[in-house]
Amino acid sequence: MQRLLLLLLLAAALPAQAALNILATVPEWGALAKEIGGDRVTVFTATTGLQDPHRIEAKPSLIARARRADLIIATGVELEVGWLPLLQRESGNSRIQTGQPGYFEAAAQVAMRDIPAVLDRAHGDVHAGGNPHIQTDPRNFLKIGEALAARLAQLDPAQAGAYQAAYRSFAERWQAALTRWQNRAAPLKGVAVLVQHDAFPYLNAWLGLKQVGVLEPKPGQEPSSAYLSEMLARQKAVPARMVLRPAYQYDAPSRWMAERAGIPAVTLAFTVGGTAEAADLFSLFDDTVERLLAALK
Amino acid sequence: MTRLSLHRLTPLAAALALAAALALAAALPAAHAAPASAGTDPELARELKQMREQLQKMQSAYEQRIAALEGRLAQAETQAGQAEKVAASATAQASEARQTAAQLQQASLRPPGQASSFNPEVSLILQGQMARLKDINERSITGFWGPGGHDHGGQSADKRGFSLDHTELVFSANIDPRFRGVARLAIIDGEVEVEEASVQTLGLDHGLVVKGGRFLSDIGYSNVQHPHEWDFADASLMQKVLWGGHGYRQDGLQVRWVAPTDLFFQLGAEAGRGDAFPGTDRNKNGSGSGALFANLGGDVGSSHSWRTGLSYLNTRASNRQSHFEDAAGLGEVLGQFTGRSRTWIADFVWKWAPEGNPKVRNFKFQSELFRRTEDGGLSCADGVTAACANSDSSAYRSRQSGGYAQAVYQFMPQWRVGYRYDWLSSGQISVDPGAYANFDAGNAAFSAYRPKKHSLMVDWSSSEYARLRLQFARDQSMQGVTDNQVILQYIMSLGTHGAHKF
Repeated sequence: MQRLLLLLLLAAALPAQAALNILATVPEWGALAKEIGGDRVTVFTATTGLQDPHRIEAKPSLIARARRADLIIATGVELEVGWLPLLQRESGNSRIQTGQPGYFEAAAQVAMRDIPAVLDRAHGDVHAGGNPHIQTDPRNFLKIGEALAARLAQLDPAQAGAYQAAYRSFAERWQAALTRWQNRAAPLKGVAVLVQHDAFPYLNAWLGLKQVGVLEPKPGQEPSSAYLSEMLARQKAVPARMVLRPAYQYDAPSRWMAERAGIPAVTLAFTVGGTAEAADLFSLFDDTVERLLAALK
Repeated sequence: MTRLSLHRLTPLAAALALAAALALAAALPAAHAAPASAGTDPELARELKQMREQLQKMQSAYEQRIAALEGRLAQAETQAGQAEKVAASATAQASEARQTAAQLQQASLRPPGQASSFNPEVSLILQGQMARLKDINERSITGFWGPGGHDHGGQSADKRGFSLDHTELVFSANIDPRFRGVARLAIIDGEVEVEEASVQTLGLDHGLVVKGGRFLSDIGYSNVQHPHEWDFADASLMQKVLWGGHGYRQDGLQVRWVAPTDLFFQLGAEAGRGDAFPGTDRNKNGSGSGALFANLGGDVGSSHSWRTGLSYLNTRASNRQSHFEDAAGLGEVLGQFTGRSRTWIADFVWKWAPEGNPKVRNFKFQSELFRRTEDGGLSCADGVTAACANSDSSAYRSRQSGGYAQAVYQFMPQWRVGYRYDWLSSGQISVDPGAYANFDAGNAAFSAYRPKKHSLMVDWSSSEYARLRLQFARDQSMQGVTDNQVILQYIMSLGTHGAHKF
């Protein structure tokens, strides 16, 4: 009887000893958590590479996941404002509330771009904290990874050394990859591009792409045909070499523009899983650089 | 540290060093500004303030230096052609540096972020419509008790021509790390109704959430939705007969528990005052109404999600009044119900979007079924236009049911179409003679009838914050009347609009 009781107690204690449960809002942070956490963490990603993280709903399945999460990794700056607050509120889980160690915001670790001077919805879907698509500049992963390793160490002090070591190994490999990507992408510097959604300021800054126009009249607003015609007319004065679109976006506007302007429409993975080639963080940027270079030919 | 030997450097090198120093100095506060914007750590806020001051000091120092530098450059310009070139590029770089500094200063001086700032999130919902309806004096649903006095929600929806719905003002915020509060006020013509004023816990663990105050009960699926979240211009017939149009609200306490499973499983219980229809305020200690609900939900692949639930509400009424024609045909008397009212609701929702990405196309199917049984006594009270023949109380029992099923399809960005079918069954009503003798047997509330309604809507959303809707309905909820309705509606929201439930 005593032995049985002991066994039961052990069984009850086991989950506390098990891997950290991580809920990542988008695939890139899920992938980063796997790089640093390895098999010390269990990662569930709330969205796939083909889903627009602005438009997700607080689905029952996500509430169930949030209920057991030890850590939520979010982008922040209102990218997930339509659903993440509900997951936090509905899950009955105090660890993942904003301000707790179990809530990690990637955007808080990097310098933000496009912080609007005026907050007015007349300007469309503006994010008060700046453009949230920070994952398109791979340099950001170093800062975010470092902070994430520290956070994992804080949540799971017994494994702190392992998280730090995993981060150092990741950072080393990432640095080498950065050099490789930057060398490979050198011809992209100064190339004029059109974008469908203003989702690439960080990518532009990294590779030196010159964004000459956005197909959405306002962020989040579908372009009318009149607006697209206007953009097409501008193409004659300020020619762009290609038009970029995140994989999860509706392709009609960029296709329309590409056909009429005679330039390639480039679908970028945008995150892990956005294209078949982007299977992890490294292949995500391999694929991104290759797709841009292919469009240049 | 910044008092480098600027004067000894050439103008170009000085400008470069300046640009680098500025970029470095400015990058720091920008990186720190973001955590402070979470508005959680006073230490960070203090740090931010210090950095801001530091940055301002540094910027004014740099500005003086840049001015000095520009003076020196002007001097250099006069000297030689080659020097001129150098000076020009240095000026460009200096101004670039100044621009960067200004940009970054703007970033670090920004007040802390929106939803997370100390001020509550405020949103205001504007809603109005134009309706083409039949002119019917006292709209009711045949075979069912009217919700009596408090049906202004229903009334504004039944207005012909142009009309304004409630303007909804919502405040919400985290109160401290343990609690969150929401107040929702519905305002119309000299009347402010507190639709919701509740606090809920954030800090409880083990999947538990406790909510208290006034809130919309979590029974069923659509009950918690506010009118601006509805997919149709009006409430379903089920919603109207069960609660009088705008959801069952509790003044009480709710406890919910989410199970630690991958499949979403939730149990909840509520205890409340029980003053809202079908109950009445009974001036008693303790709980006046109780509700239980259980939900299951999950995903099928990445494109489908579903949720289902079963709920039960138990409440009591004491002298719940409704207008009745008297037996003598002289006018109206009041029928009073005293007894127990029990409601069961089963709900099911299924959503589809290709790859789970609803932006372009998505589909939603939703259905709820109910059964309500009431048993107790029926008596008569003198009305405005007629008096009761006797004051007997007779046994009264009813068992009624109904439901609705609706489908909404977004076929391209911004455009949705939807169809809803409503059906009710007045079911079995049995009243013993006695009090019943006071009432005309032809009263709508006693009629056996199966009300139904078809609704077809199309809506266009300019953004998540603005929607226009056109709805056609064929309403046969009153026996002998077929009302072909047209409603044109707008729903707009200002301010930080909170996330909606699934």
